[in-house]
Amino acid sequence: MNYTQLQKVGTVVKYIILILVGFIMVYPLIWMVGATFKTNNEIFSNLTPFTAHPTLDGYKNAMNDYGGKINIFKAMLNTYSYVLPKVIFTVISATVTAYGFGRFKFIGKGVLFSVLMATLFLPQVVMNVPQFILYNKFNWVDSDLYLPLIIPSLFAFDTYFVFMIIQFLRGIPRELDEAATIDGCNAIQTLILVICPMLKPAIVSCALFQFMWSSNDYMGPLLYVKTPENYPAAIFVRLSMDADTGFEWNRVLAVSLISIIPSLVVFFCAQKQFIEGVSAGSVKG
Amino acid sequence: MATKTSNPNSPTKFQKFFRNNYGFLFVLLWLVGFSVFRLYPFISSLIYSFSDFNLFKGISEWGLMNYQEIFANKKIMSSLGITFSYAFVTVPLKLAFALFIAYILNYKIKGVGLFRTAYYIPSILGGSVAIAVLWKALFRDEGLINAVIRTFGGEGVNWLAEPDYALFIISLLRVWQFGSAMVLFLAALKGVSVELYEAATIDGASKARQFFSITVPLITPVVFYNLVTQLCQAFQEFNGPYIITQGGPRGATTLLSLLIYNRAFQDYEMGMASAMAWVLFVIVMVLSLIAFMSQKYWVYYGDEK
Repeated sequence: MNYTQLQKVGTVVKYIILILVGFIMVYPLIWMVGATFKTNNEIFSNLTPFTAHPTLDGYKNAMNDYGGKINIFKAMLNTYSYVLPKVIFTVISATVTAYGFGRFKFIGKGVLFSVLMATLFLPQVVMNVPQFILYNKFNWVDSDLYLPLIIPSLFAFDTYFVFMIIQFLRGIPRELDEAATIDGCNAIQTLILVICPMLKPAIVSCALFQFMWSSNDYMGPLLYVKTPENYPAAIFVRLSMDADTGFEWNRVLAVSLISIIPSLVVFFCAQKQFIEGVSAGSVKG
Repeated sequence: MATKTSNPNSPTKFQKFFRNNYGFLFVLLWLVGFSVFRLYPFISSLIYSFSDFNLFKGISEWGLMNYQEIFANKKIMSSLGITFSYAFVTVPLKLAFALFIAYILNYKIKGVGLFRTAYYIPSILGGSVAIAVLWKALFRDEGLINAVIRTFGGEGVNWLAEPDYALFIISLLRVWQFGSAMVLFLAALKGVSVELYEAATIDGASKARQFFSITVPLITPVVFYNLVTQLCQAFQEFNGPYIITQGGPRGATTLLSLLIYNRAFQDYEMGMASAMAWVLFVIVMVLSLIAFMSQKYWVYYGDEK
């Protein structure tokens, strides 16, 4: 074989690996979609996502209430009733904080910035117990307004996003701020009128990742939401599995699938921003 | 505000101070939140860890008893061992996969975007309860994986009921989410200049030699970043084992985070749970420190003086 032939073989091998691995990665998700349309007898005996006898039983049963108090749609409504405020508050507070660190000098800035960076490495597992005790003192546990899940985001609690926006801010020339000052803008006007439009890609990434992470979050609601009427989707899906394991898998998988539809839609509408966001701020995950 | 200066144009000391430091006001919000929601809990958890604090009974005793119990209690020590094996299986496998796929994608491949999206979806959805449910559907005794094995004439394994396999299946859920590490590797690989490879090819270096002598050293900063963040995450894993196996079978997937949760939120032994959390924290911190200090031996930063 000569060199060109060797190269061609190499290329073919690469495609085979990529397709094979990609197939293994995505197949469970595709199979899951198919499984929601199968009867419970067929789910695990039919390896393909296709079925000759599609049924909507899984979806019909997925609409069932849990204890008459909550169903999947109410649960999803609950989820987004704290996810959306959390996203908005995070974007605003992280941008303001990043602006302070990125554009100003003040006494103690060096120390505070080190503290900010250190919190990136502070494991949440250490914080769960004392935070629970604190929120318990505030009477926030099981609050109807999801206070323990929302309020911290008003204070740029997820420092990761502050860091991400600071990184982006570094690429925006300071001359823009100076020009705005000369034109008579004060610091707040400069932030809103000049910096924010430039920061748009970073702000969008920040909103998207916070949306995904808060929608997926299980530990938060597990600790702080106790009233069944207020259960978010994460808790509801878990409950529906516990109640049904072993017999109604089409219902359980349908409930699971419905619960991630908003996330899937957001992901497919904004894939480019997600992938760029990962590289821009070096996202965890 | 009225000022007492004789010359209205010369600023007072306060005005000067304000002019030089008003940027502080922008970080004030974060500082307040940090003090209330992080610093205070962080310190109080250290203090609680030296007490027998129970959420309902309060504190009756102070001392080192929690830490003594941790190191004497076989269940906790074995859970610590499980946490280590979980992290040391998950992190290398995840990074190896991520680098391998990124390396292939870095060739001129048609449809890179499509592949990248396919590999990235699990990273975005993988943390959700819905995917944990799916994992159970795949690996239960009558699940999809065993159905596939039996179709090809093999014998199924009850993955989640066998202590030898269960932890690995939980690991696999995280390995499957290698997409975001891969995107980072891919970005780093794209940054390696083509001329280096051309020069090496002219000098007769093989592809494997080029990979280990050029590619790997140049992307070590990203390897380092991925390593530290993934380690931090692996030691805190909770959702997978809690939802899929509830720590079983026979405690085989009881990561320390599960024990902490049980102690704190089922037994309400906040003091003991805090002590366990601090042990975990110190482990993560020591590992991160080792990684940071070892940087100078293996991480190559291009802009070094």
